[in-house]
Amino acid sequence: MRYLLWRAGTLILTLWSAITLNFLLPRLMPGNPAQVMLAKFKGKGNMGPQAIHAIQVMLGISHVNLFQQYLQYWVEIFHWNFGVSYTYFPYSVTSQINQALPWTLILIGVTTVLSFLIGTGLGILSAWRRGSRLDIVITSIFTFASSFPYFWFAMIAVFVLAFTTNVFPDSGGYASQMVPSFSFPFIASAVYHSILPALTILVSSLGGWQLQMRNNMISALNEDYVLLARAKGLPERMLAISYAARNAILPSMTSFAMSLGFVVSGAILVELVFSYPGMGNLLYSAVSNEDFPLMQGIFLMIVVCVVVANFLADVLSVVLDPRIRRGGSGA
Amino acid sequence: MTSTFAILKPFWRNKLSRVGLIILAIMVLTAIFAPMIAPYSPNNTTFPSMLGPSYAHWLGTTQAGQDVLSELIYGSRQSLVVGFAAGIAATLVGLVIGLISGYLTGLVDDILSYFINVFLVIPGLPLMIIVAAYAPVHGSLLIIFVITVTGWAWGARVLRAQVTTLRSRDYVAAARFAGEGIFRIIFREIMPNMISLVAASFLGAAVSAILGAAGLEFLGLGDPSINSWGTMLYWAENSGALLEGQWAWLFAPGFLIAVLGTALVLINFAVDEMANPRLRRRG
Repeated sequence: MRYLLWRAGTLILTLWSAITLNFLLPRLMPGNPAQVMLAKFKGKGNMGPQAIHAIQVMLGISHVNLFQQYLQYWVEIFHWNFGVSYTYFPYSVTSQINQALPWTLILIGVTTVLSFLIGTGLGILSAWRRGSRLDIVITSIFTFASSFPYFWFAMIAVFVLAFTTNVFPDSGGYASQMVPSFSFPFIASAVYHSILPALTILVSSLGGWQLQMRNNMISALNEDYVLLARAKGLPERMLAISYAARNAILPSMTSFAMSLGFVVSGAILVELVFSYPGMGNLLYSAVSNEDFPLMQGIFLMIVVCVVVANFLADVLSVVLDPRIRRGGSGA
Repeated sequence: MTSTFAILKPFWRNKLSRVGLIILAIMVLTAIFAPMIAPYSPNNTTFPSMLGPSYAHWLGTTQAGQDVLSELIYGSRQSLVVGFAAGIAATLVGLVIGLISGYLTGLVDDILSYFINVFLVIPGLPLMIIVAAYAPVHGSLLIIFVITVTGWAWGARVLRAQVTTLRSRDYVAAARFAGEGIFRIIFREIMPNMISLVAASFLGAAVSAILGAAGLEFLGLGDPSINSWGTMLYWAENSGALLEGQWAWLFAPGFLIAVLGTALVLINFAVDEMANPRLRRRG
């Protein structure tokens, strides 16, 4: 319990510093991004005084001192008010994020879970059959695949499977003539559009899980308790699954919980290649249009999700691993 | 000379890392001798644009009429230098912070560990993109800086964990009683015993630096006028290389980035074996 309280304290501290970093970044940069931003907005037509105020507070244009700006910044954050997007003008940053978030959560969420399950399974298999042809094939393919620039792999996949052979659509999250709704044809179209991006993410991310699990499992297989279990004559399958893998999977579980936090940031480059309507693409369009309010809002969302997921990962490892529970604030 | 060979021996003995070493050596030599190897100058824009692969242009030409193969050969310089510079910088920062935080207990450790944790948690690519987007000048130095800022924490955490276990060893206590200063103890006594971990974190940092640099340049956050593999991908994507059938322009740079990354990962297998003898094949 003391450990969890201590972790919760770190969670709040981390959140605070990440949000503060988000506050400081545009203010520390030379060239005053905020002035540039406001000048750009002038050409966009009428904005409510409230919207102007929000932008001033978020990007640091006001004439009050830094500390007061910082307080105002927190007030805006608690109101979930990140100002108005420059690129999608009359719309607020929050509405843009709300629109993009479900796409990313579903696509990246599902692929992250799948990738963890398949990769870890293959890791167990290749550690268990270490040195066999199967192990060498799996390990070397994934070693190569995980050092791809995955956006590059995605472009090749688009070229071969969408552009030349037309098996899959080449871009977008759904057929362009459709209007988003909860009808069967729309969902079917969305699923169909997500297969290719999902596949490319899977191919490039499986390797990490496989390698991590393989290494941990090899270490676990060398432990004395595995030797003892083998000496007792337990069946090999039981040895692999309930003795070695069960202990070796702990670090993978922690990374898995952490990677769920990264889901929100989306696969920026893959979404860009597929013009997928998710968070990654939104961040890219924010960056390429120098849309600082949108950038800040997205980064804030990402950071909050990641920090919370990180905390959950800690909780999970306490639940799964009694050694940490007893170790107090050690870890 | 013999001592250099002695260092290289474990890398050569492991078959996987031997392959990695050979690939890396070929790439470094290509980068050094680029002017002799490349068939044309990368700045020569006099060729017809968007030619497919042919005998005169093995990988075709770009939209601006440059020879892709020559660009690729010259581009290896920039990609190798940025990748390694960022890898080294991130490892150095991680090394200093990790070692000091692991050796010292109390407030200094708490503060440094806290920084390590914050930077571990913030996702790398979004942070890189944001910092690069705010920056007024875009270029290789910015990319190295951004990758260093976002990439040092992994190494720091691993090294810190190792130092906390070495801290209580007898030889460290002996050094302390002999009156050695803390920096001497940390960097002369402890660090040599974890050199394989340092090497592993360097290789890891270099791989992510190479991929990170390629990603940033692909997004157009590098200097698009510099010739590197990442900017080649940027230009190829933005001039619709695939739609025009000039697939080689897009395929080749990404493939070489993947090969370079793989080479470093392969070399890392030998380092892993040194650090963890259990991974070594029995018999």
